[in-house]
Amino acid sequence: MNALYSLLFVFLLVLIPLFGVDAAHMKTFFGVCIPVTAFIIFIIGFASKVINWGRSAVPFRIPTTGGQFKSFDPQLFKQNKYDCPQTGAQTFVRMVLEVFAFRSLFRNTEVSLHETKDGPVVAYKSSKWLWLFAIIFHYSFFIVALRHLRLFLEPVPFFVNGLEFVDGILQIGAPTMYMADAGLVAGVLLLLGRRLINARINYISYVSDFFPLFLILAVALSGIYMRYYAKVDVIAIKELTMGLVTFSYVVPETISVSFFIHVFLVSVLMIYFPFSKLMHMPGVFMSPTRNMPNDTRAKHHVNPWNPDIKPHAYADYEKEFGVPMAEAGLPLDNPDNGKAPEEA
Amino acid sequence: MPKADELFKSIDYAPPTTGWMETPVDFSPGNWCYPAKPEKIQYMESKLPGLWGEAREWSPGDEDWKLPSNWKEIVVNGFRERLDKFRTLKLFMDICVRCGACADKCHYFIGSGDPKNMPVLRAELMRSVYRGEFTLAGKILTKLTGSRVMEEDVLKEWFIYFYQCTQCRRCSLFCPYGIDTAEMTMMARELMHLVGLNTNWIMEPVSNCNITGNHLGIQPHAFKDIVDFMVDDIEEVTGRRVKAPLNEKGHDILFITPSGDAFADPGIYTFMGYLTLFDYLDLDYTMSTYASEGGNFGSFTNNETMKKLNAKMYAEANRLGCKWILGGECGHMWRVVHQYMDTMNADLQGDQMTTPVNPITGTVFDTAAATKMVHITEFTADLIKHGKLPLDPSRNDHLRVTFHDSCNPARGMGLLDEPRYVLKAVCNNFFEMPAGTTREQTFCCAGGSGLNTEEILEIRLRGGLPRGNALKYVQDKHGVNTLACICAIDRATLIPLADYWAPGVTVTGTHELVANALILEEGEERTMDMRMEALPGYEDEDDDWTPPNM
Ligand code: SF4
Ligand code: SF4
Repeated sequence: MNALYSLLFVFLLVLIPLFGVDAAHMKTFFGVCIPVTAFIIFIIGFASKVINWGRSAVPFRIPTTGGQFKSFDPQLFKQNKYDCPQTGAQTFVRMVLEVFAFRSLFRNTEVSLHETKDGPVVAYKSSKWLWLFAIIFHYSFFIVALRHLRLFLEPVPFFVNGLEFVDGILQIGAPTMYMADAGLVAGVLLLLGRRLINARINYISYVSDFFPLFLILAVALSGIYMRYYAKVDVIAIKELTMGLVTFSYVVPETISVSFFIHVFLVSVLMIYFPFSKLMHMPGVFMSPTRNMPNDTRAKHHVNPWNPDIKPHAYADYEKEFGVPMAEAGLPLDNPDNGKAPEEA
Repeated sequence: MPKADELFKSIDYAPPTTGWMETPVDFSPGNWCYPAKPEKIQYMESKLPGLWGEAREWSPGDEDWKLPSNWKEIVVNGFRERLDKFRTLKLFMDICVRCGACADKCHYFIGSGDPKNMPVLRAELMRSVYRGEFTLAGKILTKLTGSRVMEEDVLKEWFIYFYQCTQCRRCSLFCPYGIDTAEMTMMARELMHLVGLNTNWIMEPVSNCNITGNHLGIQPHAFKDIVDFMVDDIEEVTGRRVKAPLNEKGHDILFITPSGDAFADPGIYTFMGYLTLFDYLDLDYTMSTYASEGGNFGSFTNNETMKKLNAKMYAEANRLGCKWILGGECGHMWRVVHQYMDTMNADLQGDQMTTPVNPITGTVFDTAAATKMVHITEFTADLIKHGKLPLDPSRNDHLRVTFHDSCNPARGMGLLDEPRYVLKAVCNNFFEMPAGTTREQTFCCAGGSGLNTEEILEIRLRGGLPRGNALKYVQDKHGVNTLACICAIDRATLIPLADYWAPGVTVTGTHELVANALILEEGEERTMDMRMEALPGYEDEDDDWTPPNM
């Protein structure tokens, strides 16, 4: 049901520019006003959310450790440097592996129950599907996004050219098919499929889980349509996009409606981004269980709001239990506490 | 209580047909722990005012939980306050993508199939309220985005499911963003405490710890009696009358262990192990009746109480003039010591406290330079490495041993190899449980974080399935009959768990085995182990006792 709502919603979103652009003067609206506004909302929303997180204290150093910590005898007990980092550099490596290789997901397992003749067995097997789907999706998305820099920079930086070259190395079709385009669509479909088919994942999925997937799928498909089928006027588009960057807006007449649909969907994605779970993107860098060294026993660390709380005083303890303590022969700080009330 | 295989058959991972927000919660007895006795709450309120709500008699089985009239305001405001105080909370409310990687990592889910025991949904119980109360999108779109407002039913659901989380953090290890459901459980419990939703099995230990120094409420003279008994027993086993200094000033080291070790089988054997070891070393140490609890039950309530109870350790080290603290085998004690202690209470450390140095080997424990506190397995491993302990591991030959990594030292610290090193030095038959159930992937005993109570035994046994099954595996495969651990809660909770899932396996602390193997003087012959059970070859003719599983 949630998936259906999301699909419907994205469908409606496509219709807006489809009909909107044909109306008079709406090209400027869809080609300039909406994307610029969306970009501003994205930047401000993104930044304020991150700042908002940053405002909250990190009172305790609570890394989740995976593997042996740095022991008093590092030779005898070999530290697992990147799952149980002790220094900033080690923590940095842990984060790099986390961000670029999705390391935690890589260790994912799947549980299953079996009844054997020797009794019940709980089995765990490595399950790397989610890792694989996520890697395909994120890297494809990343490469596609980078490739778009070509439209916003003049001259086009060498790495964008290089990336395009590598991405299109298979040289299938004309215009050359990019692997990342296929990867992005495949990635979204795989993640969607997982969400739809796996009953447990389906159970925990909201509209807000399906919607971004459908939206990104629509973005990708509209882009692909534009490039491979509609064969839009790229020169004209670059004129428009460079206009956006240089604040001298032009909307060339030759741009077809598929472009406006694509831009509109991207704009929706940008607006949606800061208010959604997509913020896991900056969030992963800030996760306190991952981005702190496991050195709390070795180094002092400050809790900015550390409450002023003192232990139950020993003196009170001795007052309360002094008599039996004295009888048991336990030493007392104040011998008077050891006297029975009638003696005192 | 169903039989083990019946219980196993009853597990169904297929989610219900109703959405999770519509699926009602089962409040029948057995699903919840008893609430705290009012006097315990009154006492704590007098010590840490404003954190406990009103003390009252109530029951989770009743319709009316006697919440204060402004309960919602209290909870929502408390929530808002904690979002600012804990970045973890705020961040983890926003960034979960519901990928489900954590879903089947929780032992309670594995053993129950209840989807609300999937860490992701457990946290959603809170996140839904966060969205509904604090975010614009959540307010507008409500259920479609998984948001809802705080209602009495929601709070009641919290009570059930946040007291079905042992804060073991296994889920956090597998989450791509390190989302720590244990952290959210802690916050949810803090919030529930504000309106007087608590459990007696936590609150009674908490108040006992504050009054008497230990969670069992053992008064100082009784504590001394217990220790004296153990000294007698050690003498019977080893022929040596060991010193057991209590509350003595002028020693370098203060030894603090969970009081569970002073109280019941098999913890007492571990305690006897410590005493035997220290006496052999002629260690310059003392124990304390005032700081007679290492386990921090405050960490199951709120961080204020955690801090207050932890502070005793430094206070007592100062009073007695100790330079550093040696800590016994305990899970959540060590999570608190490792991750919180110095941050919370470093200002209470006296000038006399120094970076710990092992007086026997000279090893400087730089890794504990801030807390001034060393784990006993680090200490013993260091001794063994330097050849300071004459050991006869064959005295443990009747035991076939496996090791249970306690969650807190494993995932909140990284203490994995030291206990293994010690165990392998003191026993000849050591076997690991299957990969995926040990080290950082270890499974909880299902009784941590204050859930070690009889009221919810079935839940505990369900949660204990993953550990129990791994144990059964090594029992069948290697004839394992002994489960060693380094946690006092484990020593209590793993016994019913093993009896249920892997009958025939006994539970032991690591230092019990150390004391078994330790040769106190040359030529010494032992006929009994620390449990006063005859070693093989020394069985009494007319004693029909045989070592387990032989
Ligand atoms: S693994 Fe992390 S991101 Fe995925 S559902 Fe669980 S808590 Fe959320
Ligand atoms: S912390 Fe442990 S008990 Fe709690 S949800 Fe995570 S895996 Fe389950």
